[in-house]
Order: sequence, then structure tokens, then C-alpha cells
Amino acid sequence: MSKDMMEIRWHGRGGQGAKTAALLLGEAAISAGKYVQAFPEYGPERMGAPVAAFDRIASKEITIHSPVLKPDVVLVLDETLTESVDVAHGLSEETGVLIVNTPYSKAEVQARVKWNGKKLITIDASKIAQANIGKAIPNTPMIGALLGAVDILPLEAFMEDTRKKLEKKFKSKPEVIEGNLKAIRAAYEEVKKS
Amino acid sequence: MEKTITARTGNEAMAEAMRQINPDVCAAYPITPATEIMQIFAGFVNDGRVKTNLITVESEHSAMSACVGSAAAGARTMTATSSQGLALMHEILFIASGIRLPIVMADVNRALSAPINIHCDHSDTMAERDSGWIQIFSENTQEAYDSMLQANRIAEHKDVITPVMVTTDGFIISHGMERLEMYPDAEVQKFVGEYKPQYTVLDVDHPITVGSLVLTDYYLEYKKAQHEAMKAAKRVILEVGKEFGKTFGREYGLIETYKADDADFILVAMGSTAGTAKAAIEELRQEGIKAGLLKIRVFRPFPAEEIAAVLTKAKAVAVLDRCESMSNQAGPVATEVKAGLYDAGVKVPLASYIYGLGGREIYIEDIKNVYRELKNIAEGKLKPEQAKYIGLKE
Repeated sequence: MSKDMMEIRWHGRGGQGAKTAALLLGEAAISAGKYVQAFPEYGPERMGAPVAAFDRIASKEITIHSPVLKPDVVLVLDETLTESVDVAHGLSEETGVLIVNTPYSKAEVQARVKWNGKKLITIDASKIAQANIGKAIPNTPMIGALLGAVDILPLEAFMEDTRKKLEKKFKSKPEVIEGNLKAIRAAYEEVKKS
Repeated sequence: MEKTITARTGNEAMAEAMRQINPDVCAAYPITPATEIMQIFAGFVNDGRVKTNLITVESEHSAMSACVGSAAAGARTMTATSSQGLALMHEILFIASGIRLPIVMADVNRALSAPINIHCDHSDTMAERDSGWIQIFSENTQEAYDSMLQANRIAEHKDVITPVMVTTDGFIISHGMERLEMYPDAEVQKFVGEYKPQYTVLDVDHPITVGSLVLTDYYLEYKKAQHEAMKAAKRVILEVGKEFGKTFGREYGLIETYKADDADFILVAMGSTAGTAKAAIEELRQEGIKAGLLKIRVFRPFPAEEIAAVLTKAKAVAVLDRCESMSNQAGPVATEVKAGLYDAGVKVPLASYIYGLGGREIYIEDIKNVYRELKNIAEGKLKPEQAKYIGLKE
């Protein structure tokens, strides 16, 4: 796989917004002039069941139409998934990046994911979401963490596109828009600092 | 022309195309994974963005029946379906094509029951290959959108007057978000043009008979007329595809080739897998294997001569079928390709494969293995097999 293309896998539970995160990131990357694919894995759709979603981002046309096998980045929206899902499957220990939403320490998470890569990032995205949005929905701050960890898209470009999207969706709830944007920035800065 | 770069799924792209076309009538019934097309389109109707008369019916049999009535009355008519829905339309599909009604349908390729499966294969569409409809396959979201915009022009052309189905691969394209270049509404409407039916049942000054009983006297001539229309469709599809290219920047033909000019080994595929094959070819070329692709865009009418002209230069050919026709020989695409080669006098070693049924994933590595087998076949180390399954669990 050529590295002109970045492949990202999202793990979450039904209802946590893994698919929405993949789509939001994809749409923002397209607005920034990239070629993109964003697609969920379709299984039985139930609240709470493990789900996955994918992004491919490249500077030229993407023709491949098969699931992502060797992601460059994996994001885990719910750390309890590490008990039942091999979240690091196909992720290189040399070059891969694993970002886990968790209140626990890096060492504790590392033991559970059975992955010895150097680039493990832990962030309490649910807490950031609770503090800024008022709901522990971690998907938007996790995008902030992703942008802080990997150079795929400038934060400001993503913020601008996401503001537009949220303004359409939450016309009557401006606090949700500002909360999401603050949460994205907070997670971005936390990852940048560490 | 100001094009809008957007992010859209295949279903969204098809619904947007329908919005821009603004048909007179849509009659539809929901089915996974095509439901979104009409759901989004119903939103356009509700918001007054189209003037379409949307008829919600109680089954796909009724949906196609309503489309037949509306098209016979002279209305530009469209619908969308998938899988069991298309199968339930089966009876009426032949009536639509036999009466020569230029209906346009978005069809999302999905496996047929049993066992129940909602994922992609081409069984549903292939089961209707003899229904007298023109069938166009899409590799990606852009092609789905572009082909929908060409479909009415093809269907309504005076030498064709035949219904068209434009297909996407279920979930892979229908629910996968990709970069889509959209064209301005006004430019699309100019390209699609106003529909002026030659005959309608409502034209009382020029009365016609529709759906009449035709026995041994003229049934054969009716079918021959359809046969000639399908022949003309080949030319019209090319003309429309060329004009589309001049207008919007992307030209379309009956087939597309990718690095086939100097290829030793050519793979024939349809739909989204053609894209994965392109990525496999990139890797194989770096390994020094001269791999190429022939993508069939239009399955009906079948471009047999065009395919034979490309394959005649190959040392070995593989045909991928996302459908099992249970013939003990090969899938429908391979069978037709082989018939075309026979007529053209082309004798090339050909292996046929069945893959992706019920949405089973196909990876770059699977396709690279097919090319490696072709190399062995060309070198006489391997005998070509027919209907060999790819990705089967041991």
C-alpha cells in the first residue's frame, strides 16, 4: 500500500458516533482538497454492539474498494472494547498510531491492547466531551486528538468545515456547536502538549 | 462550468441526480440498501425542490406497475430498488421493456435470498439480464451520478425507447462516502433536456393501443424490434457518453480499459471491484507483471465485439463474476465474454472466477493472486479453471 494514502480505522459501540466521526473527518478532508473514502462496517446494527468505520485520505483518486486491512491509525472510542475486540489488528508497531479514549494510564491500556507500538496515545475524550458538550459522546474530541497526533489536515480547516456542518444540524442549539468545537480544540491541544 | 466538490455516498449521489433530473413521476417501495435513494428524494419532494409526483406503493411489483402506467401516459418516470425488490418487479420489467417505456431505475446490487443477506453481489441484476432493460454498472459514486444523468437521454432516444437501470454495488458504493464532482442544476437540465414522448395513451388526437394481445401474428416482430433497439442502444450510449464528456469533462463508453494496451494478462470485472483491480495493477506493474483491466460498464447491450478487440492481444484472461448462475460452467459475465470471443475467432486461455457473493470482501491480494494464476496459465504451468471460487473459507 502506497503511503500517499492514510488509512484510519475507528472502533466504537453502536450509538457512540464512530460512523459520524469517519464521515465528519472525510467531509472536512474533501473540503481541504483531498480525495477521501469514509465507510462503516455493516453488521447487525444495535446500540452498544461493537462497530467499526474507516477513512481513506489521499492526495489523488482512491480506486480501491475493500475494507482497510493495515490501518495507519486506529481510534478506540470506548476502551472497554479492548476486552472483546483486537483493536490493534493489522496496526504496525513501528509506524502505527493507536489513540484510545480512556480514563486509565498508558501502561494499563498498553497491557490490555497487546500492542507494543511506540505511538500509543491515551486521552479522556469522554471527560472532555462531558465538560464541553455536556454529554459523554467522545467522537468529536477524538477527531481533535487524531489531528493533534497525525499530520493529515490542519486543525483550523477541520474546525471551519465542522462548524458549517454543525450549524446545519444544530440550528436551534448553538451551545452544542460551540461545545463540540471547544472539545475538539481541547483534545487537539492535550495531544499536542504530550 | 462551476463544479461543486462534495462528499457523497452512492445513494446520495443517485438521489441528487434524480433531483437535478426532476422527473415527472417516481413510484417506489423501500428496500435495503437502496432505501436512502428514495428517502432522500422524498425529502426533495417535500421541500418543493422537485416537482415530481411521488407515489408510495405497497410493493415493488406495484412500484414498477405504477411506473409503467405513468410512462405510458408520457411522464418521465424513475424509481429505485434492490435485490428482492428487483426480483418482485421481474414480471413488470418485461412489460416495461416490451411496451417500450423509457423508465430509468437506480438499482443497488445486492444478494438474493436464501440465505437472507443484505450485502453486495450482482445476482439480483444478473437475474434480470434478459428482461430487455439496458444495464449500466458503476465503479464508484462519481460514475453512479454521471450514468444516472445520461440514462434518460439513452432510454428516451427515438432509436432506443427502452428502460435503463443504473446500478451501484450495495454498501460498498451505496453507503461509502467518496469525493463527488457535481454539476450545476441548470447545466444538467440542459443536458438531460425536456422529455417529448413520441406516443402517449393520453394523446386523444393520436390514439394508440398499449399492452395489447399479440399472438403468433406479430409477437416475433415485437421482439425483433426490441432486438434492433438494443443494437441501436450501443451507438446511442456511446454518443451520449461522448457528449457528456464534452459537456462535463468525463467521457463514458461501453467498456473502460486500464493499462490494457500492453498487458499480457487482462482481468475482466464490473462495478466497484474494477477499482480495486486498478490498485492491484499498480502494484503488479511495479513487480514487473504486465497486468491490465477491462471494465464492463454496460452489460446490456453486451459489448461483445469491443471486448474481443481488447482481449485478442492478451496471453491469458480472467473474468470475475459476482454472481453464480449454477450452470456448472462459469458466471454470466464469463459465459458472455467467452461467446463473444468465439464469434470473433479469438482463442485466448480464459479462467473464470466467482467472488464476493453476499458481500464477501475482495482484497488487492486476492486480485493479485488471479493475475499470478494467469501468468502460470500463460506459461503452461496451470490449466485454466472455470467458476473457481475466490476467498472461500476452508
